[in-house]
Amino acid sequence: MSPAPLLEATALTKHFPVRKGLFGRPAGLVRAVDAVSFAIEAGKTLGLVGESGCGKTTTSRMILHVETPTSGAIRFEGAPLVGLDRDGLRRYRRSVQAVFQDPYASLDPRMRVGTIVGEPLVINERPAVPTLRKRVLELLELVGLPERAAELYPHEFSGGQRQRIAIARALALSPKLVVLDEPVSALDVSIRAQILNLLRDLQRRLGVSYLFIAHDLAAVAHMSHTIAVMYLGKIVELGAAADVARRPKHPYTQALFSAALPLDPRERPEEIILSGEIPSPLDPPPGCRFHTRCRHVMERCRRDEPPLAPESGRLVACHLYPASAA
Amino acid sequence: MTSPVIEVRDLRTHLVTRWGTIKAVDGVSFSVGEGETLGLVGESGSGKSMTCLSILGLVPRPAARILGGQVLLDGEDLLTKSPREMQRIRGKRVAMILQDPMSSLNPVFSVGMQIREPLASYHGLAGRALRERAVELLGSVGISSPAARLRAFPHQLSGGMRQRVVGAMAIAAPPRLLIADEPTTSLDLTIQAQYLRLLKDLQALHRLAMIFVTHNLGIVAKMCDRVAVMYAGRIVEAGGVETIFRAPRHPYTRALLESVPRLGESTEWLTAIEGQPPDLAALPPGCAFAPRCPRAMARCRAEEPPEFTPAPGHSSRCWLDAPP
Repeated sequence: MSPAPLLEATALTKHFPVRKGLFGRPAGLVRAVDAVSFAIEAGKTLGLVGESGCGKTTTSRMILHVETPTSGAIRFEGAPLVGLDRDGLRRYRRSVQAVFQDPYASLDPRMRVGTIVGEPLVINERPAVPTLRKRVLELLELVGLPERAAELYPHEFSGGQRQRIAIARALALSPKLVVLDEPVSALDVSIRAQILNLLRDLQRRLGVSYLFIAHDLAAVAHMSHTIAVMYLGKIVELGAAADVARRPKHPYTQALFSAALPLDPRERPEEIILSGEIPSPLDPPPGCRFHTRCRHVMERCRRDEPPLAPESGRLVACHLYPASAA
Repeated sequence: MTSPVIEVRDLRTHLVTRWGTIKAVDGVSFSVGEGETLGLVGESGSGKSMTCLSILGLVPRPAARILGGQVLLDGEDLLTKSPREMQRIRGKRVAMILQDPMSSLNPVFSVGMQIREPLASYHGLAGRALRERAVELLGSVGISSPAARLRAFPHQLSGGMRQRVVGAMAIAAPPRLLIADEPTTSLDLTIQAQYLRLLKDLQALHRLAMIFVTHNLGIVAKMCDRVAVMYAGRIVEAGGVETIFRAPRHPYTRALLESVPRLGESTEWLTAIEGQPPDLAALPPGCAFAPRCPRAMARCRAEEPPEFTPAPGHSSRCWLDAPP
């Protein structure tokens, strides 16, 4: 039996009411995330993929505790978040940090880098000045920035270096989980490998877990141990990264990975081009939410929602597979 | 061989700023034939967008100056045209699709009005013929119930649909040359797949010459016949798409290809390119890539490499390719 996961989400759900008119009469419900369950193991990476509106960012916001789930539970180191008191929540927030997409927006231009990286320490630990300085320099070294970086301002750095600053800040409180929301999308191609290597090296050295959110599937497959594929607020496939990336089972995962273009003009994988657009999460289709665009759609897909069930060593939510035919 | 649709010869576009002159495009040459796609690859600041804007005569003035070279569209030099003449050429003979469709669409006019405008001014269509042609164009880019969509405003359409509308406007003429500058970067993956297919179909139908600007090497592999890799305002390597992907010569091209994670291959570490993108206002003497190049020699830091031709149709600006 493997040890309990670091973080476990059970039937996590977030609905946003849509209000209309002067008095905000409820006009509908956006089912951003709908009964999603997954686990993040200590020292491992869960990759979350899916297109815009699939709920991956809402999921990460619930994990960061900036959004309260409508229902469902998040357990961190075995303890449910709902039961935590003020101190408990404070500890939780220290253990879960984030790095965002745009290092031009996430760093205060008027603060020196040393202050930016040290701020979480100042707020949470109130260390003496020499201790703080020592910690900041250690953090800068950890992410591969020179000591003098502490005295400079964010605008004096390139995009890749800024993302290193954001990573150093996220690591300041020795978190156990870091949410990486598109951490390399805003960076130049030649810089992305540096940052991905750095993140992997830090995981190895510090034993930190990652929730890695990105639309670059090859990068997610490279970084993750487990991949969860989301479509319109649901997880449609969840399994070991290599299995999901190389032999996807769900028709949506298959289409998604076929749209990730190989770096080889001679390689012509089967091209699956989905028809139509992503439906609105305000009014998701009945039955399987993917049935409006699926190549293998059957009668029951329009009617019954397929459960997430074991298939070929992973979980798939699709009526095509016998395991879910019961 | 037939003559190319577009031929750029030794184009030099510089930006004059407070911090000095930036050689955004510094001696770029290439040509694209009918039905052919050239991929222009490079990082931000490598000069790929500025090259395209120079072709269209849309460089930001007064900062940007086209200092030299020729841009030959079917043999006519566009750099000698007056702004008024260029206005006739843009949209009619050369069209461009940008990354963000909302920067090409006017939010306060309906899709129909915006599609009809070029049709009316370039083709002199009016009345019923104009309306029918607009519906036909929208249908040809895969928009369902095009007649009804004519009344829609851009904000009522999804990102993929908007980009299709922009595509419809671009091929209205149809043009000889289509420049697509990161046209799918703002689209979701499955929508990107649809749009790339559409562009290929439109190109085949109208025999368009296409310049495809992107930093996504997977798109290059799929869409392009030839590739030109830009770094710091210069084309450092150019050749057929298979050659560039199978046997790249320039260390920058190699590093770029190696640094990208590949699906279905499990490598522990990616081969990262060291250092930071070049500061165009303070380029080193010699080869601009030398400070980051794993194979840099003393000569690379002193002398700028000229263009060498390691094989017919394959060029590389690297001292390693100098004939012995």
